[in-house]
Amino acid sequence: MKKIKFMYSKTTLLLGLFVLLFSNCEREISDEAVLATFQTNPNVFTDAPAGLTDEFFISFDPAGGANTEGFGTDDNEAYEGTSSIRIDVPAPNDPNGGFIGGIFRDRGEGRDLSGYDALTFWMKGSTTASVALLGFGTDFLEDKFPVSISNKQLSTDWRKVIIPIPDASRLTQERGMFVFSAGTESTGGVGFTIWIDEIKFEKLGTLKLQNYFIQNGNEVDVNVFTGVNQRVTGLGAIYNLPTGNYQTITISPNYFDFKSDNSSVTGNFRFNEAGEIVTPIIGEGKATVTAEVANVLATGALVINGQGDFPHAPIPTATTNVVSLFSDAYANVPVRHYNGFFAPFQTTEGGAGPDPNNVDIKAPFANGDLDNIINYTKLNFVSIGMYEAVPNIDVSATNTLHIDINVRENIDNGDFIRIQLESGTGSGTTSGGTFTLNATALRNADANGWVSVNIPLSSFPGFNSRTNLGQLFFISDNTISNIWVDNVYFYTN
Amino acid sequence: MKNIYKRKLQLLTLCCLSVLGFTSCDTDETQTVATLNNLVWQDEFDTDGTPDAANWNLLKGDGTAQGIPGWGNNELQNYTDRPENVTVQNGVLIITAQKENFEGKSYTSARITTKGKLDQQYGRFEARIKLPTGKGIFPAFWLLGDDENGSLVWPQIGEIDIMEYLGDEPTSVFGTIHGPGFSGANSITKQYEISNDRFDNGFHIFGVEWSPNSINWYVDGDLYQSLTPADVSEETNGVGEWVFNRPFHIILNVAVGGNLPGSPNENTIFPQRMLVDYVRVYN
Repeated sequence: MKKIKFMYSKTTLLLGLFVLLFSNCEREISDEAVLATFQTNPNVFTDAPAGLTDEFFISFDPAGGANTEGFGTDDNEAYEGTSSIRIDVPAPNDPNGGFIGGIFRDRGEGRDLSGYDALTFWMKGSTTASVALLGFGTDFLEDKFPVSISNKQLSTDWRKVIIPIPDASRLTQERGMFVFSAGTESTGGVGFTIWIDEIKFEKLGTLKLQNYFIQNGNEVDVNVFTGVNQRVTGLGAIYNLPTGNYQTITISPNYFDFKSDNSSVTGNFRFNEAGEIVTPIIGEGKATVTAEVANVLATGALVINGQGDFPHAPIPTATTNVVSLFSDAYANVPVRHYNGFFAPFQTTEGGAGPDPNNVDIKAPFANGDLDNIINYTKLNFVSIGMYEAVPNIDVSATNTLHIDINVRENIDNGDFIRIQLESGTGSGTTSGGTFTLNATALRNADANGWVSVNIPLSSFPGFNSRTNLGQLFFISDNTISNIWVDNVYFYTN
Repeated sequence: MKNIYKRKLQLLTLCCLSVLGFTSCDTDETQTVATLNNLVWQDEFDTDGTPDAANWNLLKGDGTAQGIPGWGNNELQNYTDRPENVTVQNGVLIITAQKENFEGKSYTSARITTKGKLDQQYGRFEARIKLPTGKGIFPAFWLLGDDENGSLVWPQIGEIDIMEYLGDEPTSVFGTIHGPGFSGANSITKQYEISNDRFDNGFHIFGVEWSPNSINWYVDGDLYQSLTPADVSEETNGVGEWVFNRPFHIILNVAVGGNLPGSPNENTIFPQRMLVDYVRVYN
């Protein structure tokens, strides 16, 4: 028997299939049939947990630094009744974990919250610190409809907190009753205490939606190549509270219906592994992505300029004595970094980390394999380093350096990229040599914009110690700031 | 003309006093909201365009021409008669407060009156209104007494504020009278707080029923304040004069900034609109 693992992203499809199956039945659903509904208990915590799981507080993963010791109840403090929740926010160096956070989950199959318009509670602090995150909809199971507010400042007396529900009709079976997370970012590392009481869902009637938004309410332009999954981010809403103050909430993509005005540029919206909404770019042209919540148009838009197929660098053909620093065509030697971020003189961004499969650009080839490309921006100088954590490399059997560079801006006369090889980095006396690609050389690009250079190592005067290469530098002295780099390898010509 | 300085503190005091008054006075429990039901004047705002000139004057400027720059309250707007600020569309009067530089001011809005077109003594004055939102936004539906061709000046002419509202207090409105001995900061006023709702999410009905020696304020049928010459005398230690047995005209406006609401802040969103479904007068 085949086991099928259900995933949320497939749920819609499956539901659709069930509907199809049912609609194929001869008999229609009786008028007397009543849809199953879930309980509507509004209370989450009054003087005790209300209808929550036995563990009450389910912490974020302690392996990620969450402190499970600082949560409890306090019979000496209460906004109403006899008891409140007490959260002792730890210092960052607390051996039990440097922050505290977690959820309360409904002990049953979930609650029907569609009749409410807000989660409310009373909160106070031992000091006027800020709480990083407060909300609901996170259940550590599906996390379908999370809503949160961020950096809520505490008062040292009790204050009511109101977190609006953006479209309550979606919440017919919600298990995520409460979520919080707090650290000491606002106190410079000094721990503090939070008390929370009377957590409940309410129908206030006193909230006014200002607007929903995507892309933080801005119209954002992006240039994207075919095959890339373009994210739509900055999702939320602004409400006017009965106090006259505005409250911004962050809300899950599941509350939104996303639309594109050009289906030849964007494919079907779906979720990526991080739970973000993405659209695969499938063609060239312009598509404007907008979104609605409950038929109300959100402010902000994502204007996607589909650039067509990614302009890949030529596929490397060298086969003899290849020592590759960065290429999808070869097994790469271990590197310390693709960008050393040498403070304070270096401005170059991009190329973070030592993983050649997780740098800046992942552009799919026609067969679906990913082409990894480094994108250095704000370039003044940058190195690929092979020292300290990894050995210097031996290129003594090779005689040529190959690099593919794609300059992503206009090339002015006088622009250059100087390649520098340095031996002995971290292991002894350093020495090396340079070779400069001038504007003419950098303009000698193929149709995709790639300049493929094969530089004899003899063209690097002073680079004599080829058994312990420690760094390969790209130096532009700010004449050129934005380049793609691919296929950096030594070989024998 | 609407001098409203430190009204809030007094307003709180009055609320307390009024509650005391109501709870200790049995006769109020038998009062009904509306006893005057003979419709004598109305504008249903059913014709698109400029408000009907037979009913309304469209005031312009910042009050300088009237001798009260900032309309007596240090308000920040210039009133205009442009459709951007006042128009009738889809069955409602729309008064729009805009943030724009216009003749020396940073905001524009509108103020319309029935002076010379409807000047009436006594009656039930009622309007159905959806109010705007935001700090510094100050709409009103009010009555001002006849100045007898300039021979009388405020507060002698009298002012009955049927509804005033602050855009950053979306769940409350207040009703007020001004007269000699009880004007501006010392006016007699009461706040009405709505339950489970707010005034900028939908239309609500605001009215007064004004009879000889009596004014009653109501919101959506809830009577919340009742004032008589005896109340004025009590509030003012016998100094105040009841000036409400004379003809008054109607005013609708949206002010921006000023003494009572304070200035708009970075969160105030423009434009802001007051929508008026109808104004009706009964006797």
